[in-house]
Amino acid sequence: MQSNMFQELLKQNDFVITAEVGPPKGSDPIKFLEKASHLKGYADAFNVTDNQTAVVRLSSFAGSILLQRNGLQPILQMSCRDRNRIALQSDILGASALDITNILFVTGDHQTMGNHPNAKGVFDIDSIQLIQLAKQLRDKGLFQNGEEIKQGRPEIFIGGVCNPFATPYWYRIQRLEKKADAGAEFIQTQSVFDIQRFASFMDMVIEQGLHKRLFILAGITPIKSKKMLDRMKYHVPGVDIPDEIYTRLASALDFVHESITLTLDLMEQIKKMKGISGVHITALFWEDIIPLLVKESGCYPRPTID
Amino acid sequence: MIVTRKKSFEDIINALGAGSVYILGCSQCATLCRTGGEKEVLEMKDLLEQQKISVTGFFILDPACHKKNSKHLLRNELQNIEQSDHLLVLACGDGLQVVSSLFPKKHAISGTDTLFLGAEEKRGVFTKRCHLCGTCIAEEFNGLCPIGQCPKHMLNGPCGGSMNGYCEVSTDYPCIWEFILESMANRGQQKNLKQFIKPHNWKESFVCSLEE
Repeated sequence: MQSNMFQELLKQNDFVITAEVGPPKGSDPIKFLEKASHLKGYADAFNVTDNQTAVVRLSSFAGSILLQRNGLQPILQMSCRDRNRIALQSDILGASALDITNILFVTGDHQTMGNHPNAKGVFDIDSIQLIQLAKQLRDKGLFQNGEEIKQGRPEIFIGGVCNPFATPYWYRIQRLEKKADAGAEFIQTQSVFDIQRFASFMDMVIEQGLHKRLFILAGITPIKSKKMLDRMKYHVPGVDIPDEIYTRLASALDFVHESITLTLDLMEQIKKMKGISGVHITALFWEDIIPLLVKESGCYPRPTID
Repeated sequence: MIVTRKKSFEDIINALGAGSVYILGCSQCATLCRTGGEKEVLEMKDLLEQQKISVTGFFILDPACHKKNSKHLLRNELQNIEQSDHLLVLACGDGLQVVSSLFPKKHAISGTDTLFLGAEEKRGVFTKRCHLCGTCIAEEFNGLCPIGQCPKHMLNGPCGGSMNGYCEVSTDYPCIWEFILESMANRGQQKNLKQFIKPHNWKESFVCSLEE
């Protein structure tokens, strides 16, 4: 088994950077790998999304293998929307067998939000049940039905997501605790734009001691254009862009410059927060901005394992 | 009740093609939904006749899903039914299939789409309540069911798509978890807020027949 760089860096308390690389809407891996290879050395691990926003793309499993073959450490995303407990368990075993050990378990955007709205959603189990199941497979060697695993328990590093900007706000901290109880080890949050709300959420994390149980990576999203800003504000589930931020970007003379400044401001404030283990950069259709963000925020070069 | 929605008249005409029609309604859910009560059956008769489609008769079953009773109620209508080419059923998918099983040689057409098991909140506003999942666990949530009311069947709290109290699927569909959590908090059920709910048993939702 290969060493898990992502996990090791978190454990040695480095400020970790992960980046999202969305697989292509097709089977050609070349552009996907080009996009990812430009990011080599600027992030420690790379999230491969699982048909995000319910739009059909190359599978996260295949995307993760492609990255790994090219020397990039993948974080395989796995959602409950398209697979039942049989398929999910099977994929966890398969991922571990292929040395894909970082898995981010999510419920998934509802299929009616995507490009096949007539599809039947699965939602056999939810993300917390999936996290608990992954832990059970690994630590107890038991399938969901209680049967014993034969020939190898999966070796995985269990991740989950958290959206401090979704309602009801007061419950989000308890839901995070439920994820920790279920077995989550690292958390990647929804993109942070409302820094005040995020700071008060992190205060509660500290108060509950959850930062000692979970590695928390704050979501960062540089927005490329006014069109993307509008899409994020009005159409992407779970994203909350406060009016003040929206106006700041929308009225900027140089949109790109203002967006980079805003992103770096947010990164700087997040870096100072207690309980934060790193940032997770989701640069939708703007992945080539990531090296600049990492350099300008003082996070380059990336650390190595001691 | 079983909540139904009228199909468009155009869709019904297309499904009928040529030939004469006998119309069946239902005195219960479809009457409450105003999709297959006496009023709607008579309206449908008028509309069809305006299109020069012959209507050989009509009947409001009480209710359509009671097979034995439906057979009994229709005993004096057999001739009118026999004369028709199509049976147009203004009831739920269950009522439709009871009718088609009583008259297997007839072409049965549904005049409604069957949506869900739900309630009429106020006049004309229906909401889904129950998913017919086969193993009721609503007691875990103070009688409010996230399997029935959450499009993702979230059993361990709301997903990250809930904004301002509304579901990511539709901005006019309130997130059921708002109500469940409020109810738990109001009753001081702090433990329940953190309780892990295990994967659901869906097996019973595949039960296809039941004998008492």
